[in-house]
Amino acid sequence: MTQTTTDPTPAEAPRRKPQGALTFLRGHLREYGILFALIAIMAFFQIATGGILLKPVNLTNLILQNSYIVIMAIGMLLVIVAGHIDLSVGSVLGFVGALAAVMIVNWGIPYPIAAVVCLIAGAIIGMAQGFWIAYFRIPSFIVTLAGMLVFKGLTLWLLAGQSVGPFPPTFQLISSGFIADPFGMDGFNLLSLLIGVAVASALVLMAVRGRQREARTGVPSEPFSFFAARTALIFVGIIYMTWLMADFRGLPNVFIVMALLIAIYSFITSRTTIGRRIYAIGGNEKAATLSGINSKRLTFFTFANMGMLAALAGLVFAARLNTATPKAGATFELDVIAAVFIGGASMSGGVGTVVGAVVGAFIMGVMNNGMSILGIGIDWQQVIKGLVLLAAVIFDVLNKKKG
Amino acid sequence: MSTILEMRGITKEFPGVKALDNVNMKVAEGEIHALVGENGAGKSTLMKVLSGVYPHGSYDGDIMFDGAVRQYRNISDSEADGVIIIHQELALIPLLSVAENIFLGNERARGGIIDWHETEARAAELLARVGLAESPKTLVDDLGLGKQQLIEIAKALSKDVRLLILDEPTSSLNETDSQKLLDLLLDFKRRGITSILISHKLNEISRVADTITVLRDGATVSRLDCSAGISEDDIIRDMVGRSLDDRYPARETANLGDIALDVRGWTVHHPLHAERKVVDNVSFHVRRGEVLGIAGLMGAGRTELAMSLFGRSYGRDISGEALVNGQAVDLSTPRAAINAGLAYATEDRKTYGLVLDDTIRRNVPLARLDAVADGWVVNRRREGEVAETYRKRLNIRSSSIEQETVNLSGGNQQKVVLSKWLFADPDILILDEPTRGIDVGAKFEIYTVIRDLARAGKAIVVISSEMPELLGITDRLYVMNEGRMVGEMPTAEASQEKIMARIIKTGEAA
Repeated sequence: MTQTTTDPTPAEAPRRKPQGALTFLRGHLREYGILFALIAIMAFFQIATGGILLKPVNLTNLILQNSYIVIMAIGMLLVIVAGHIDLSVGSVLGFVGALAAVMIVNWGIPYPIAAVVCLIAGAIIGMAQGFWIAYFRIPSFIVTLAGMLVFKGLTLWLLAGQSVGPFPPTFQLISSGFIADPFGMDGFNLLSLLIGVAVASALVLMAVRGRQREARTGVPSEPFSFFAARTALIFVGIIYMTWLMADFRGLPNVFIVMALLIAIYSFITSRTTIGRRIYAIGGNEKAATLSGINSKRLTFFTFANMGMLAALAGLVFAARLNTATPKAGATFELDVIAAVFIGGASMSGGVGTVVGAVVGAFIMGVMNNGMSILGIGIDWQQVIKGLVLLAAVIFDVLNKKKG
Repeated sequence: MSTILEMRGITKEFPGVKALDNVNMKVAEGEIHALVGENGAGKSTLMKVLSGVYPHGSYDGDIMFDGAVRQYRNISDSEADGVIIIHQELALIPLLSVAENIFLGNERARGGIIDWHETEARAAELLARVGLAESPKTLVDDLGLGKQQLIEIAKALSKDVRLLILDEPTSSLNETDSQKLLDLLLDFKRRGITSILISHKLNEISRVADTITVLRDGATVSRLDCSAGISEDDIIRDMVGRSLDDRYPARETANLGDIALDVRGWTVHHPLHAERKVVDNVSFHVRRGEVLGIAGLMGAGRTELAMSLFGRSYGRDISGEALVNGQAVDLSTPRAAINAGLAYATEDRKTYGLVLDDTIRRNVPLARLDAVADGWVVNRRREGEVAETYRKRLNIRSSSIEQETVNLSGGNQQKVVLSKWLFADPDILILDEPTRGIDVGAKFEIYTVIRDLARAGKAIVVISSEMPELLGITDRLYVMNEGRMVGEMPTAEASQEKIMARIIKTGEAA
């Protein structure tokens, strides 16, 4: 399968350094476990719902329903990796939605301006909380608990206890719009599929190049079979999902936003000095500080970032509901935090990945969606979701003990 | 003397590693038995087998206590027989009182209701037995490490101890407290309590031990009878499997350069008790190519001096002057201090030195991450090369740079910390207790690194409580006591007695 004989190709490297596939799996159970769990849960509901789960319309809905949780989970991942928690995100989401409604509906401010103001407001809210946490060392649990109450109250005040809506149709497009298709095929959004194929190919290319680089530096890598299976799965999975969505109305706008955020924040966390430093302060703040890392400023930054992402989620949620209600965002913080922990982050900080948090969010989302289709009551849905969260963390802890 | 404990053919395997391989150990009743070996030789594992941390069935071999085979399933089983272990990391609750700590898990109570009168009366008795004049109501947090160690021992006494196991009890104590502790062990011996002492400090062992068991690579190497007269060199030879003719690398006369760091009138106040001066009007300097030692007892203010210099990481109301290469520089944050050419490797590598959950690759470049990044983006290839270079250069024993530092031995963790600071490329390197809790072989390697750095023109400041170490590797010494510099001498003219004399004299004056 290779033409060259001098360069070690990815296929050859693991053969030279044989490593038991089983040993490898045991060492990396967590990374694969979360992906397997999502696939297993999707397969289960696909069968149990008689194929409704992966119907194009439902899949599109699933993404729209969970977009704001995913957006906030990305921010929460940074906060939790830094060793903190943010309980206020649900309230901030509601508050920003209300702010947008008041500005756009009541005051008639053009929505792009209102949206920018909302994002800035979110960042300022994050800074206001991060300031006390970073520079005065007030525990984040307490500061954001206070923030949760404050912004819940301010939402009520801003809306005067009423729902405010509807938004202009252009604003609604954030959530309910789909990317336009220049090809004009009837009932099929070809551009969406092409984007899916392009993204999937890019991911495969990056994975292969990364593996080549590893092979060159001689770092023991995962067995080739695993690498191939995982890469193929991601490739086929993405193309299949975009095919399904293209068959409905195409990729939702918010899906593009989400995908961009995932890509950007994955890059920040894994490849940049800022990301590396956030992991370091979460892992051992004292050691990081003595290594010349400005842990206060980074903590402050993670909260500002969280506030901005919560604001973005607030805009998406308001656009989706087409109205701002005083109850918007209640208990969302719990879903977001659960998603991050299901995704493998550690309560004590320093551990976790963006992709893990996103997969965690979709595990919760698929369960919500699947159980609703099956007609399981909200009561038992909560029980089952709670148990899944507990099981995921128990699995983590046991897995870590063995290793 | 009868045999109180015999461990026969103990073999303990972890996945992929044989930690203990057919180890035999025999302890006579009423003796002080020393267990020595390099880090990773299996001492702690053996004691965990004995105390039931690794339950019966998870190892091969027999434990005979009082002439019968015992099968301990957990710590309470072994404690019921009077086998009590005091770990290196003290297991005291800082915000509970001395009396509460002593009877923790073993409360003086009737029907679940604590009898405070009896608790405190019994605690006072036990404190008297270990020679500690503190009120049972004092919070443990308010006591120094030496006293905390004594409270651990009092706690052991409260459980009718027959065999007391001490894992490196003096590793964080100063000379005086160490002496007290050893005297206490001798006192226990007279009362018929048997002790097993795990220690790296050979002078202590040769002072108190009756018998020595030496472990190397998970196997018993020798059993030495001290009544026959044992030299430290004999023990070292058995520990490392070769004779260490010299415990310190050979040094040529230092090639001194300009003054690299000049500190004048440095004063630091305690972060909580603002009126207390922790460092009081201290002046010192170190030249390029020089290894400077700062001797003193625990709590003399040496760590506080170093940390306050390094980016004001300790204390408040800091005053004084610090010149780097003759210039006044900004040392207000650790980042600024690093930029000015300072580095500080802490005495407590787990709390202040390493991100334990992270790999060697990620720890090494942490203090100068920008150097392995293109702009904001970390260049993983360069990062890997840097980590690999230092792994080889400092001989960090590990499977690869991808190994998490939490799984490394103390000596290798220390080498990762050193790597981090070497990569930061400082002019002035302050090393705070660089060899604490490290075995003889790794110490030698670290001394060699220090020597090579000085040779390359770096200024090195070594803070250490082990006087032989300071005498072995430095060019010049300062003595610090109670926050003040109380002496300065060329190492060639120094001796342990001279250093102690300085400390004691100033202690009396104060």
